[in-house]
Amino acid sequence: MIINHPLLGPRDSQEFVYLGDASLIDRPNAMAETALDDFHDYLYLRDNPAGSHKELWFHEQGDRSWLVVTRDVTTHEITDVELASDYAKRRGRDR
Amino acid sequence: MSQKNRLVGGQIDRSRPLSFAFDGKNYEGYAGDTLASALLANDVRLMGRSFKYHRPRGVFSAGSEEPNALVELRSGARQEPNTRATMTELYDGLTAMSQNRFPSLRFDMLAFNDALSSFLSAGFYYKTFMWPPAFWEKLYEPAIRRAAGLGRLSGKEDPDSYDKGFLHCDLLIIGSGPSGLAAALTAGRAGAEVILAEEDVVFGGRLLAEQNLLTEQCGNEWVSDVIGELSSLPNVRLMTRTTIFGQYDHGIFGAVERVSDHLPEPPADKPRQILWRIYAKRALLAAGATERPITFENNDRPGVMLAGAMRAYANRWAVTASTDIAIFTNNDDGHRTAWDLDAKGVNIAAVIDSRMDTPSSTEFEVLSGAQILDSHGRLGLRSVKVRLKDGSTREISCGALGLSGGWNPNVHLACHKRGRPVWNETISTFVPASSGDHLLRIAGAAAGIFSTHGALHSGAEEAVKALNDLDVSAHVPELPEAEDAPVKITPFWYVKSGKGRAWLDLQNDVTVKDVQLAHQEGFRSVEHMKRYTTLGMATDQGKTANVGALALLAELEGKTITEIGTTIFRPPYTPVSMGTFAGRSRGKDFRPYRLTPSHKWAAEQGAVFVEAGNWLRAQWFPTQGETHWRQSVDREVLAVRKSVGACDVTTLGKIDVQGADAAEFLNHIYCNGFAKLPVGKVRYGLMLREDGLAMDDGTAARLAEDHFVVTTTTANAVPVFRHMEFYRQCLWPGLDVQLISTTEAWAQFAVAGPNARKLLQKVIDPAYDISNEAFPYMACGEITVCGDLRARLFRISFSGELAYEIAVPTRYGDALIRRLMEAGKEFDITPYGTEALGVLRIEKGHAAGNELNGQSTAAMLGMGRMVSQKKDSIGRVLAGRPYLQREDDYRLVGLKPVNSKETILAGAHLMTAGDTVNAANDQGWVTSAAYSPHVGSSIALAFLKNGEARHGGMIRIVSPLDNLDIEGEVTSPHFIDPEGDRLRV
Amino acid sequence: MSEQLLAPLTALGNDTPVVVTIGGITICENPDLTIASLAARKDRGAELHSKLQADTKVQLPDPGKMMFAEDVAAIWTGVEQWLLLAPISSHPDYAAEVKTVVADSASVTEQTDGWVVFDIAGNNLIPMLERLCNLNSKALSSGEATRCLIEHLGCLIICRESGREFTILGPRSSAASLHHSLVTAAKSIA
Repeated sequence: MIINHPLLGPRDSQEFVYLGDASLIDRPNAMAETALDDFHDYLYLRDNPAGSHKELWFHEQGDRSWLVVTRDVTTHEITDVELASDYAKRRGRDR
Repeated sequence: MSQKNRLVGGQIDRSRPLSFAFDGKNYEGYAGDTLASALLANDVRLMGRSFKYHRPRGVFSAGSEEPNALVELRSGARQEPNTRATMTELYDGLTAMSQNRFPSLRFDMLAFNDALSSFLSAGFYYKTFMWPPAFWEKLYEPAIRRAAGLGRLSGKEDPDSYDKGFLHCDLLIIGSGPSGLAAALTAGRAGAEVILAEEDVVFGGRLLAEQNLLTEQCGNEWVSDVIGELSSLPNVRLMTRTTIFGQYDHGIFGAVERVSDHLPEPPADKPRQILWRIYAKRALLAAGATERPITFENNDRPGVMLAGAMRAYANRWAVTASTDIAIFTNNDDGHRTAWDLDAKGVNIAAVIDSRMDTPSSTEFEVLSGAQILDSHGRLGLRSVKVRLKDGSTREISCGALGLSGGWNPNVHLACHKRGRPVWNETISTFVPASSGDHLLRIAGAAAGIFSTHGALHSGAEEAVKALNDLDVSAHVPELPEAEDAPVKITPFWYVKSGKGRAWLDLQNDVTVKDVQLAHQEGFRSVEHMKRYTTLGMATDQGKTANVGALALLAELEGKTITEIGTTIFRPPYTPVSMGTFAGRSRGKDFRPYRLTPSHKWAAEQGAVFVEAGNWLRAQWFPTQGETHWRQSVDREVLAVRKSVGACDVTTLGKIDVQGADAAEFLNHIYCNGFAKLPVGKVRYGLMLREDGLAMDDGTAARLAEDHFVVTTTTANAVPVFRHMEFYRQCLWPGLDVQLISTTEAWAQFAVAGPNARKLLQKVIDPAYDISNEAFPYMACGEITVCGDLRARLFRISFSGELAYEIAVPTRYGDALIRRLMEAGKEFDITPYGTEALGVLRIEKGHAAGNELNGQSTAAMLGMGRMVSQKKDSIGRVLAGRPYLQREDDYRLVGLKPVNSKETILAGAHLMTAGDTVNAANDQGWVTSAAYSPHVGSSIALAFLKNGEARHGGMIRIVSPLDNLDIEGEVTSPHFIDPEGDRLRV
Repeated sequence: MSEQLLAPLTALGNDTPVVVTIGGITICENPDLTIASLAARKDRGAELHSKLQADTKVQLPDPGKMMFAEDVAAIWTGVEQWLLLAPISSHPDYAAEVKTVVADSASVTEQTDGWVVFDIAGNNLIPMLERLCNLNSKALSSGEATRCLIEHLGCLIICRESGREFTILGPRSSAASLHHSLVTAAKSIA
């Protein structure tokens, strides 16, 4: 596959390491009362859609950036790629 | 008579005769011949024995689809089985042997399989050798493999090398027949980056194999004009002997270029083949079509071949398989063969056409509405039995028979991404689905456009469209006038007659009856039929067999061919050697290795090296008189405990963590606290995964308020960096923290033992006070050594002794270890390797990879209280799950054998005395074991249920696999200095 | 004893750099560069750019590119991250020198010994690069620099003159393996 890196352009997926569902960015509040249940769901319950999927890829043999790649897992068509840090900030992650 | 079947004309070079040997007999051919054409020229029709029945077989095609003529090419280590004679370029001195016969090709003792054929039908193996199961592996399979099979491997290491490479282009053109060449001309002139790939030795495709495709010019003249122009264009890369074998996602294609296969052996340092990974913005499939046969009884004799192949042999190689030939066809194209061979003076015994409405000829007899019922000739075709239109039969003598059942577009590459071709009733063939993706276009015969005029124009037009997609403007060039005959075909698949066998798949010996039987037994889906009968498998993947079998299955099912569909097409298009995929990654080049800064010095000392990941590390340093590794390791361990030793620990991962929020970041990453670590101090840190289990451990040294150096275990350097980047970028993008690996930049040595400080004081510049007061346990700092060389010093200990780790820029590592050895002479300094390092840490009770195996919690490691509850760190929440917090969970303990002569083995399990040894009674397991020269016996670390409460108790240590069953004492995991006094002196 | 200076080794483990010529291609180990990595502190990129520009004339390049100023080259390596390369003779303690300039607008890390540097020159290096890495090496022009994978090793490739002069930086501990790959590829196409 070719991943169109937002900064470096098209790159072979061989240069990347795959992690999984981009929902890993939505880490629950560890200090909440319900943290134990929230973390269980966060870590173990994932959607497995036969279609478009947002997933995390690490450009290990490149600029070491984490990317959020939107890919149809049935056709491998990639419709969007962005820096995970931008995506994370949009999801309200900060520090 | 030499080259008895050589005709006039052709594109061979008669001025360059070449000698070669087949089955030990010498022959002569010409430059430009393939092994197949040269054998035919010498009147050799018998080239092999069939897979299952050992039937005599001859060459069937003139290209890469060949099912029959497979030979063992070359001898010795270069012997290669299953080489298609049709794809083997003749070179002087070539040797080839036929395969799957014993003792000889003409007399094959295993041909009795043929007489047993009624027992060897589809599914025979599954039915006959079901019982008893143990017999399968020991008896049936070896016997079957000997009897049924293809060529043999040499059993020797392949002496050749293979390269890999990467190419980029705007337009990849697959195939160089009329459509491919027209496309290349179009794209080349437009200035696009073009790759033209051709599996054959020369460009031209069918233009080389046919007469009169172009009306005003000879086909191969036009080819050489076009190639002449293309080779002058810097933007066009012309690749012959190159098969595009697979289409992968997003415009990636796999190709194999056979750069040296036409030579007796590759030149020194040059590869035999190159595996190319081609990145194409657009591609054009112009791979042409493959002819399909018509099936009838005993249709497999040497001399029976595809009509188009017969024509190619005559026109391109000036060869005929026999001086008397017949043709069996269901379409007009079959008649072309008769015309072309007749023109070359070959006797056309008859053209047998299954249709009523056929072209006529004044030169030879055309039998319309006729079918071939049977053939004769044991080792080669002698005659065919024909049923005429009126129902009467006639025996026609011929030495070769050309079959033409129509042409199948080579749709394979268009279907590698799960696409399925569609059946076109008008031309009775599968064509690529029109809804193919925009990255790959299809032209010419591959698209079902069979006329030369159509191929030329579709090639050019598709190239224009592909380039327009890329915003490159291109125009259809002036193309030569060419034949534009419509396809005239009436589908006819197989002759329904008697009880004999009629072959559908020559390579796998699958007959019409086999498919009927499979269907009768319920294997009705095309995929099931394929697996039950093996039709379409092996080296040719059924290129000449599949469509005929689908038509038969459709008839049996009472469905249309469209409804039956095809099996899935997968790469590779034609076989690719395993060596090609391996490339240079073989033997010691299997993967790159990493050398420590002291490697050269250690090698001079005679160190024994061990692979640790990609690193080569000194395992121990034998000295004179030591004959067993234990002697060396015991000596090294004792020397560290007694005086001082040095060990290269550069391999530990080092990550530079900087930024205003560096401490806060580490507070999140490690389960224990780092916010309050003072500058100039090191702290042990345990990293958990988010699921609460231990991931890695190491130290973090605070060099400045905003600067830490984190160490990881050797094995986890890369994953830990990735993990830290994930949290930095994805979870806390607002933190001011920057990470970079510095593993390679520093040569780091552990200097351990009671005399470590005295030794270092001789090396470290006097401006730096490293006394116990000034530089206590867990201190760190930037210093200089040996006269102003910048260095780092960490007072940390893996061995349990007074110890330091000292780091200098890598290029000085060699000089530093030599200096340490020189300065340490007065202390009898001893270099130690990874084995002694392991013994020292087991004696001290430090966890390492064996304990941090992804299944252990902080509590199991005895560090449960380290997990800070005051802050949010990765893994803290889920580490708190009740099951992971249970009191009687496993705990790290030490073990000693009660009888000090006995040896504990890692991997052994722990049982309470008196319990039956089974999984239900399991109490834990041994993670690490070593002989401790300090304790004077075998010692071990283990995870034991409720282990902390069981110190001082007895336990049974069992490993049924090793016949180990001994009694051991449970101890603290710290076999030496549990209070840590030795660290702090 | 400590007054006696330590003698450095090159990445290939010798006193002097290794130079190999195969056909028209020269592969030369270059031990004369000092390297520092630079990463902008959070939201301090603009300040970093101006400090460097003012004090050293170095402009920090965009992704995939490099910039030169006097004897220093800057290469983009990641988001808000660069490598700075300079001759070791004129910049003996380069990381410290850079840190003085950028102060706390950036994190600076000494990386000289993290890398082995090979300079490759020849009339046409494209066929050699095609056997080594997946970059479209034909399209690389002078001043472009990017990470790539060479025989499993993460490397940095710098185009000094299109098709004719390249510099490859690889992990120092694998210098021998990388050198072997380069030599093998050169022999393959020579």
